[in-house]
Amino acid sequence: MSTRRASDWVLGGLVLGVAALVATLVVSSSWVATDRPAAKRRAELVARLGLTDLALFTEARYTRHPSQADRHAAFQDHPFAFEHFPSGSVLPPRRMP
Amino acid sequence: MSNWFGRQRALMDFAVSSLARRKGKTLGLLAVYTVVVFVLASAMLFSHALRREAALVLAGTPEVLVQRLVAGRHDLIPASHLQAIRAIRGVKSAEGRLWGYLFDPAAAANYTLMVPADDAPAPGQAVIGSGVAQVREAAIGDIMSFRAHDGQLVSFTIAGIVDPQSALVAADLFLVSETDYRRLFGIAADRFTDIVVTVRNPREVRTVAEKIDAALPDTRIILRDEIKRTYESVFDWREGMVLLLLAGAVLAFFIFAWEKASGLSAEEKREIGILKAVGWETGDVIALKSLEGVLVSLTAFLLGYLAAWLHVFQWGAPLFEPVLKGWSVLYPDFRLAPHVDELQVATLFFFTVFPYTLANVVPIWRAATIDPDQVMR
Amino acid sequence: MIGLSQVKKAYNQGRANEFWALRGVDLHLERGRVTVFRGPSGSGKTTLLTMVGCLARPSSGRVSLEGRDISALPERFLTEIRRSTFGFVFQSFNLLKGITALENVMVPAYPLGGDHGALKRRALELLDRLHMADKAHSNAEWLSGGEAQRVAIARALVNDPRIVIADEPTANLDSERSAQFLDIVAQLKAEGRTVLMTSHDPLVAEAPVVDRVVSLRDGLIAGGG
Repeated sequence: MSTRRASDWVLGGLVLGVAALVATLVVSSSWVATDRPAAKRRAELVARLGLTDLALFTEARYTRHPSQADRHAAFQDHPFAFEHFPSGSVLPPRRMP
Repeated sequence: MSNWFGRQRALMDFAVSSLARRKGKTLGLLAVYTVVVFVLASAMLFSHALRREAALVLAGTPEVLVQRLVAGRHDLIPASHLQAIRAIRGVKSAEGRLWGYLFDPAAAANYTLMVPADDAPAPGQAVIGSGVAQVREAAIGDIMSFRAHDGQLVSFTIAGIVDPQSALVAADLFLVSETDYRRLFGIAADRFTDIVVTVRNPREVRTVAEKIDAALPDTRIILRDEIKRTYESVFDWREGMVLLLLAGAVLAFFIFAWEKASGLSAEEKREIGILKAVGWETGDVIALKSLEGVLVSLTAFLLGYLAAWLHVFQWGAPLFEPVLKGWSVLYPDFRLAPHVDELQVATLFFFTVFPYTLANVVPIWRAATIDPDQVMR
Repeated sequence: MIGLSQVKKAYNQGRANEFWALRGVDLHLERGRVTVFRGPSGSGKTTLLTMVGCLARPSSGRVSLEGRDISALPERFLTEIRRSTFGFVFQSFNLLKGITALENVMVPAYPLGGDHGALKRRALELLDRLHMADKAHSNAEWLSGGEAQRVAIARALVNDPRIVIADEPTANLDSERSAQFLDIVAQLKAEGRTVLMTSHDPLVAEAPVVDRVVSLRDGLIAGGG
């Protein structure tokens, strides 16, 4: 009876998978801790320059600075203009208070 | 207890060999399922980490911004507004900001041109973001020239590059002196892009904003809270193109899984009949099918989640880059810190493992209650 | 040991295609004997075995096993009795395809959750006794009719049942294989097990190992009862 049972392999694999999942959580939190000084530098840069937005979408001004754009920026060329830039569909329209 | 465990182990052995018997079907299903979990988990991990990052980084963004609107469009704000704002009770300071966009024909990229309030570069010099340095292959000491509003060339010597670790907020920055800014765009000395206001008592922000609004009816006020909210809802609203496209795939998958799991073939019915005839109880058959479902869906969940974690945090989410990048030339090269929400992972687990297992068991429930003497007929 | 009194069984009861497979059978079967049920197809002999083997319940009448009335027990208890008391060899053997002969033999014992190593040894011993040890790791669908039947017999014996039920065991076998099967029946009898078979094969009915032949016709006992 030296051959392993099918369930041994499967249980072993699942245990390994769960261990890897737990490992991602552990690695994640230690990574976040390591990144803290850099995050602090980013926050300081934001405060020093008075930045307002993430530089994720540089294709249009209302996607580069969504918080600064007015509600109709996307449509100001024409009231019936279709959304032009791909990232415009990922960003919400600015909420008016 | 050990007997219970022995029974589960034995059923698992049999579940594995049942799945192995339908190798093609099982592997195909597992692959599709894993891909669905992978894309869902990637979108989830990415947007959560990005939102957390935005919340952390934008904590220091200006408290109150005052913009002037003319005919519904953002317009330059006159310096006289500065005086008016400073006169309002509760305002600690009000400073004009100078920023805007600069299209660089050489790289076909948009930069964010900005004059820092303090430590601004000397006239003729510029500090650039790492993204700008990358698209222009520029290094410190290089010279970059742009045409000003009147057609004349304005040249900048690169005096510094912003720390690449801050690319997420600063990749496209082009920091210049006030003189050069006004020279490039021909903006008069008494005009600013907008005004940053600081408030004496943070709890009075809304009151102060209302007072500014009343005093200067041609302006629009943007509060820090609203900026933060913008990023809390990124990808939430419409959940973005990725999730929109994915919705179809997810639906298709569930139809497929339901069809696969609920449509019992004659062969499977015969097998259940045999198992019952040789002494299995209805409960044993259901336990077997649940185990099959759990094995497939749990494996898919683990593989999909782990691949997604590596994809988003280890490899920088290359699959989302085209969506986020759109048509922009300049894209920040950033590694998100892995802010993982355990509750989200648990939710993903719940919604991937349970529906499938259930879809696997429900039709068996009906089939398993068939009289075992069917196999004798 | 097994008693039937006024057992009736209807299929599709209350519908247009209602069919009475058994119309009142009284029978007593003794421990350690080999009994053959004979009769044309549709005579109710297979139905009779499903009643005795706890695979189905009679529509009316009573079935008792070792003095206990089993005709009114809920399914859970029937399964329990079936698992511990009966071993079945089906006409078309009903092996599970895609898994090995050895696994097929082990299947009935899985829900009991006993020691896996011991179960495997027991299954291998049974296959060895039936001269199937060299085919233990072949997939079920690769076996010939005679081999599949011996695997089915091993499967019937894995939970060490007191009663073995075989439905038309020689229908798919040639004369030589049928004779081998009857040898196995003789072994089972020697071990003290009760064997119940249906068959229209005269070779089976006339075999010396058979103690009793019961004839059925139209759902009633026609002889040997």
